[in-house]
Amino acid sequence: MELFTNQILAGISTGAIYACMALAVVMIYQAIDHLNFAQGEMAMFSTFISWQLMQWGVPYWGAFFLTLIFSFIAGIAIERILFKPLAKAPVLTNVAGFIALFSIINSCAGLIWDFTIKQYPTPFGSSPFLGSQLISTHQAGMIGVTILLLIALYFFFQYTRMGLAMRAAASVPESARLVGINTSWMIALGWGMAAGIGAIAGILIAPVVFLEPNMMGGVLIYGFAAAVLGGLTSPLGAVIGGFLVGIFENLAGTYIPGVGNELKLPIALALIVTVLVVKPAGLFGRPIVKRV
Amino acid sequence: MTAADEAEVVAEGQVVEAVPKRAMTLGTGTSIAVLVVLLAIPLFAKNFIIFQMTMLLIYGIAVLALNILTGGSGQFSLGQSAFYAVGAYTSAILMEQFNVNYALTLPVAGIICFAAGFLFGQPALRLSGVYLALATFALATAMPQLLKLGYFEHWTGGVQGLVVTKPDAPEILQNALKAFSLKISQDMWLYYFTLVITVAIYLWSVNLLRSRSGRAFMSIRDNEIAASSMGVNVALYKTLAFGVSAGITGVSGGLGAIAVQFVAPDSYTITFAISLFLGMVVGGVGWLPGSFVGAAFIIFVPNISESISKGLSGAVFGVLLFLVIFLVPHGARQIAIVGQQLAGRFRR
Repeated sequence: MELFTNQILAGISTGAIYACMALAVVMIYQAIDHLNFAQGEMAMFSTFISWQLMQWGVPYWGAFFLTLIFSFIAGIAIERILFKPLAKAPVLTNVAGFIALFSIINSCAGLIWDFTIKQYPTPFGSSPFLGSQLISTHQAGMIGVTILLLIALYFFFQYTRMGLAMRAAASVPESARLVGINTSWMIALGWGMAAGIGAIAGILIAPVVFLEPNMMGGVLIYGFAAAVLGGLTSPLGAVIGGFLVGIFENLAGTYIPGVGNELKLPIALALIVTVLVVKPAGLFGRPIVKRV
Repeated sequence: MTAADEAEVVAEGQVVEAVPKRAMTLGTGTSIAVLVVLLAIPLFAKNFIIFQMTMLLIYGIAVLALNILTGGSGQFSLGQSAFYAVGAYTSAILMEQFNVNYALTLPVAGIICFAAGFLFGQPALRLSGVYLALATFALATAMPQLLKLGYFEHWTGGVQGLVVTKPDAPEILQNALKAFSLKISQDMWLYYFTLVITVAIYLWSVNLLRSRSGRAFMSIRDNEIAASSMGVNVALYKTLAFGVSAGITGVSGGLGAIAVQFVAPDSYTITFAISLFLGMVVGGVGWLPGSFVGAAFIIFVPNISESISKGLSGAVFGVLLFLVIFLVPHGARQIAIVGQQLAGRFRR
């Protein structure tokens, strides 16, 4: 029994990573109806920016907020320059665009900061949390930040005019335009926010997985799995999905014989396929009905 | 309140642009000219160039397979590398562990991949657009880890992979050539062997898309609901497209294993799947000859971008891709059409 609870705790702490990533994935999916395959690379680049700022002597929280602002602006710029012209193009073209972006960012980061693994500081410290060996203060802090972020997003979308406008633009663009919402800029804003959340995710993840240009590969797949599990239309679902995926991963590793580190990615694959087949809308998402 | 009231109602967006059937192939004259050039190349080229041309044909087949799936039936796949890997491993294992003739391993690879694709298509057919891209993306990332599994290590050689012996030209041919005091190198033989298979698969694919099944694919691509109301069995044809595409990819994977003489899990990563996808976009979705233009792009452009800037090769690659998307969204097909119009103007 103790093993079981311990594994769940460990699962929650890894789940926090996936939850952050899934939140960013869902944010952009809400805004543009596409899964951004370059999401992980954008987060990685932001994390490198913050690392560079800290190398130049900017204190942690200063670097944190500067990076956030940078990512927000960069996200908007990417949308305006590269993806706005593609808004009416077929899905396929958009996916090709994301892949191109992925390749560009990854290669630039590799050139600027090379591929060696770097340590990344944490503001929460890494001593055991409340005497538990399994969950460090950093991981506890990560869970805390994720939940705070979720609450902030909830209030933004429910209680501000801007949030309402964004929701309107995403669900019924035509009617939203009729009541005077600039839907095109709402999409850009969605990109900016997704980039910002991605930056937070990257900064929180970096102390655990270490900083390098390919740090997001596995995390992104799990982020996708979490987002699909929770439902691509629901930020709350994404966070819960993230924790569930983390717990599931740990339990599967402990109790199913033969499932070790080497089967990590196939597990994510199996999870994604199962969820999409059994409950395509995910746990908290709204089912999508197609108009004939 | 019913479930549909709460549900999000969306109009179905187009996944791929509709390509008219006639615009899918080259004219007879052009096809024969291209074939003659392909036949003549090894006579004038060095072995390394011949090898690269062989790889071009092999990747071309893989891109063609994806093109049937996407350009034909409007489905997406970022997981072609997984089927390519299965095909490559099937060939390699049959050749090395069971001493099967290399030519006979290819149909086996094709059949196994067809089955794998058909089975994966079962869950995938419920997904569309982004979700399918996601599921196949996960398949491609998971594949190398599956291949490394301890259970299969006895056959697959685990992380080390397998070394495959390069086939010689058949003795009859060698003896016949000896009579004219000519010799055929392994590379050259492999090239012609690949070329024959490529031509066969190409003709077969063209015919497939012109057949009843091909029309069913295209009707699903253009409007699924209309297709099903016309009596097309959407589920069957969607999985069939997946299976056919996977099967052809498997054959190209088998050829790839024979040509490279080596299979290892890490040669079949998501990067490779993405390359194939890019090859299709660059070649023009739904334009079958474009597959080979796309294959040339994914083989030669990384070399070119590396020569422009070593560290930034990925970035150059990405920028080139953006240029293609913005300037020639229909890929090589668009350029071919412009070329045709120019040629027509000169003739007049």
